[in-house]
Amino acid sequence: MEFSEFLDTYLLPTAIIVAQIFAIIVPLLVAVAYLTYFERKVIASMQLRKGPNVVGPFGLLQPLADGAKLFIKETILPSGANKILFAMAPMLTFILSLIAWAVIPFDAGMVLADINVGILYLFAISSLGVYGVIMAGWASNSKYAFLGALRSAAQMVSYEVSIGFVIITVLLCVGSLNLSAIVEAQKTVWFAIPLLPMFVIFFVSALAETNRAPFDLPEGESELVAGYFVEYSSMTFALFFLGEYANMILMSGMTAVLFLGGWLPPIDIAPFNWIPGPIWFFIKISLVLFCFLWVRATFPRYRYDQLMRLGWKVFLPLSLAWVVITAGVLVAFDIVPTPLSG
Amino acid sequence: MNILQNSTKALLLSELISGMYLTLKYFFKPKVTINYPYEKGPLSPRFRGEHALRRYPNGEERCIACKLCEAICPAQAITIEAEPRLDGSRRTTRYDIDMTKCIYCGFCQEACPVDAIVEGPNYEFAAETREELFYNKEKLLANGDRWETEIANNLSIDAPYR
Repeated sequence: MEFSEFLDTYLLPTAIIVAQIFAIIVPLLVAVAYLTYFERKVIASMQLRKGPNVVGPFGLLQPLADGAKLFIKETILPSGANKILFAMAPMLTFILSLIAWAVIPFDAGMVLADINVGILYLFAISSLGVYGVIMAGWASNSKYAFLGALRSAAQMVSYEVSIGFVIITVLLCVGSLNLSAIVEAQKTVWFAIPLLPMFVIFFVSALAETNRAPFDLPEGESELVAGYFVEYSSMTFALFFLGEYANMILMSGMTAVLFLGGWLPPIDIAPFNWIPGPIWFFIKISLVLFCFLWVRATFPRYRYDQLMRLGWKVFLPLSLAWVVITAGVLVAFDIVPTPLSG
Repeated sequence: MNILQNSTKALLLSELISGMYLTLKYFFKPKVTINYPYEKGPLSPRFRGEHALRRYPNGEERCIACKLCEAICPAQAITIEAEPRLDGSRRTTRYDIDMTKCIYCGFCQEACPVDAIVEGPNYEFAAETREELFYNKEKLLANGDRWETEIANNLSIDAPYR
């Protein structure tokens, strides 16, 4: 094989894909860093405080200072820990929170991997997230970490069930598993309006899935110190932290794609459709993230049995019923969408 | 009927929404944070901060070594040694306060018959070593000279209530 041929068939496409990956991951990591800042500011405002305002103008350099601090600190390996799993767990959490972004469409055609089972891929990746938590809890060889991991496992599995049904209702209305197709199907009306109950259930389940308040039992400070990552320090801790926040952004992205019309403007008229798609997508993600933080500033933590009751006795029947109703309505009015491809 | 009402309330998330509305209202309220090293909160004239030994306007130290403060100090933080001075007046040769023992109760100030030992308005005397917090007579007199204006003012404001 000629070198130029090799360059054209393998090297160049690889380079382009790597460049695309960086174009997604670098802004994502910056967004994660500034989400921590945003969180502290929003919660501070709701508690009549100012939040970080010392490092840099308006405290804007605070995330960098925090990052530098964590980077410089010593990584502690507990003597009783399973060292390999202990080191792998934060990496797994972090990697899983990043690879899901491959299928998120930022604009029409602006997606790294436009696969036809995009939503299944997202669902699978977000389910895998629980492994990082369980590994961390088990490998730490610490009772708090272990209890946190057990809680997290049960919680994430419970809420995935209702998320699954919510996704099914959306799929029934779209007729495709492709995320771009899901967004395109919301041209006339966002799914948040006809499927409002499902939207609420999805949002609450997303809170539980990302272990956010009021469902942050896996890290419940008052009883478990810090939950599954008590034994972690320095960069390993930072990876968990980044993973958790990247997951929050991912879940907000999923909410935006499934219910808020992804990159589409709210109304397709002059001043709105001048703004490019990725900006709309960013605004929508930010809004959902604001709600994540807003909820955290408002509600106290659930008790564990309440959490399980909500997941299995309220959300599961409700979302199941809504799947049946949606399917029934679609068939009754003969508006079943035709599959877009395949 | 009650069940119906309760379940509609639960399904419409009315309580959750009213809670979130409350936090949203607070989000836009003015903040109460004081930008501490640059802004400070108000202090009462009775504030009991760092100790100081005062002097009379002519420069003579007030303390007459009666040791009432040493006796009343519940934390036993004060140590006094005294002997007559050359001019025959009774003065301390040693007046130490261990600021790490002191509980800032203000009893020394209450006990003092000549308003010599007082707790001034200064609360920013954190130190890097323990030794720096073992105050001796020299340090306390220096504090008195430094804070005299504020201390005298506070005492005069508070005088009607004593």
